[in-house]
Amino acid sequence: MATVQDSAVAIGGGAQARPAAQGRWASLWAKHGAGYMFLLPWLIGFFGLTLGPAIASFYLSFTSFDLIRSPEWVGTANYVRIATADPKFAAAMQVTFLYVVLSVPFKLTFALLVALLLDRGVKGLTFYRALFYLPSLLGGSVAIAVLWRQLFAGDGLINSLLAQFGIEGPSWISHPNYSIWTLVVLSVWQFGSPMIIFLAGLRQIPTDMYEAASLDGASKFRQFYKITLPLLTPVIFFNAVVQTIDAFKAFTPAFIISGGTGGPINSTLFYTLYLYQEAFGNFRMGYASALAWILVLIIGLFTAFSFLTSRYWVHYDD
Amino acid sequence: MTDATMRSVTAPPSAPPGRRSPVGSVLIHAALIAASIAMVYPLLWMISASVRPEDEIFASTSLWPSSVDFASYVRGWFGLDVSFGRFTWNSLVVSVLTVIGNVVACSLAAYAFARLRFAGRNFWFAIMLGTMMIPYHVTLIPQYVLFLNLGWVNTFLPLVVPKFLASDAFFIFLMVQFFRGIPRELDEAAMMDGCGPWRIYWKIMLPLSLPVLATAAIFSFIWTWDDFFGPLIYLNDMNTYTIQLGLRTFVDSSSTSDWGGLFAMSTLSLVPVFFFFLFFQRLLIEGIATTA
Repeated sequence: MATVQDSAVAIGGGAQARPAAQGRWASLWAKHGAGYMFLLPWLIGFFGLTLGPAIASFYLSFTSFDLIRSPEWVGTANYVRIATADPKFAAAMQVTFLYVVLSVPFKLTFALLVALLLDRGVKGLTFYRALFYLPSLLGGSVAIAVLWRQLFAGDGLINSLLAQFGIEGPSWISHPNYSIWTLVVLSVWQFGSPMIIFLAGLRQIPTDMYEAASLDGASKFRQFYKITLPLLTPVIFFNAVVQTIDAFKAFTPAFIISGGTGGPINSTLFYTLYLYQEAFGNFRMGYASALAWILVLIIGLFTAFSFLTSRYWVHYDD
Repeated sequence: MTDATMRSVTAPPSAPPGRRSPVGSVLIHAALIAASIAMVYPLLWMISASVRPEDEIFASTSLWPSSVDFASYVRGWFGLDVSFGRFTWNSLVVSVLTVIGNVVACSLAAYAFARLRFAGRNFWFAIMLGTMMIPYHVTLIPQYVLFLNLGWVNTFLPLVVPKFLASDAFFIFLMVQFFRGIPRELDEAAMMDGCGPWRIYWKIMLPLSLPVLATAAIFSFIWTWDDFFGPLIYLNDMNTYTIQLGLRTFVDSSSTSDWGGLFAMSTLSLVPVFFFFLFFQRLLIEGIATTA
């Protein structure tokens, strides 16, 4: 609105109006300028590093691009090939979904169980909580992936332990049936951060509810089922969404454990690992961009689906 | 806090939910201790393996080395063409610059969102929250092309400069939440005294926000220290490698030959994270709890 008036004054007023226009700009500046000055670094980052690249990546997904020659428009060819003629894409999807479906429920169940144990006024709560949280802090590092690679190797620590019970374990990381499980175990090992969020959620449940229930003779199990679980659903929902999105994006452990190949026989070929191989191994930047947009689509669909179904099972206070 | 006191004060004598029979509490502790041991055993085993004589590493599942020997550390440190001293220094430079960038840029943006009035504030705030949802893979390739054309590949700039542009929206969000909890009367009183937004930001908001700034700083440091993907893409010259890339190269070059050296360097790479965990776990745990 203000700019329309400004330009009208500027056109009609000539020299006389100039101070007025300047005053207008000055007052606009005084009102909104400080906010935008503080926001400036973020705004530059948003346009230069997020919005601009996102648009560019969408364009590149319809091209063939190897970094050397300029991108060549190929229409929907990348997407068509992904959908119909790319066995590695199919393998990556399968591995990634398997990983999500296995790791998230195990991790959350374990986190909830331990949180329930810790919530009941256990002595040494801060000690246990800190200890259980430690793997979440270390888990993403190369060092832990290296350790995992040794733990589950044919002559690794796990098999040495099993040997003491007379069991001869396979080489877990180099067997296509078991390799994904080593990554699932690594993910469950990092149950600490959802556990802390569960603990914070359990604190919010008013104690008088349990008291009323136990006066009515409700068993501990019934109390859990009828009070704790329903009141905790918002936290479960939050943890499930966050952990699922994280699982879709997992990269480092699969990269280190498989030596960057996603093997054996693509059994640890996480989606992000495949995307990395296409982009920075084969320099198929256009194809990799299409893969990236499909990942966005999958995560977006999953998130939308969770929020739509959440009203049927997530309990919100009014 | 209030719940705990409510529990102890109002709990009926019959079956208080907060108290257990001695047998039950022993069982709970047994379960928790078993879980603790299972969780830290691999870590302790790695540390112990790093100080064992080379031939003993795989001979034993026990945690106690027969003799302590730091030869693995020396071998590991000089195990590649470039020493781990260089990798550690590189990691430190990248991590410290990231911490500075995140704290400065995110607190500026958070102050604007939490306190200043300007046209479009809610719109930009929603956009900022939205950027947290987008997987970075979407911007990865064009960003790479951009930094490649700027000649920034094999420098730390692609890892650090985005942080000075507040690219970690999570920290902005964390700080906005904290800033909103600071009483407005303080800024209003300062404004009466003729303070502009810069002085209020600098003299009031920042000093009162040390806990959240520290949380953001520590998480920035740990995540950057542990980051593998960014350095993997942007750093190809071994002189610029971070410690994570150094470790990965070590795995590839000596996959079965020098486990002692590998475990020694792995242990070393976890030391800074462990240090922050030891001294700031309260801040970290509260930081995680408030994200929900």
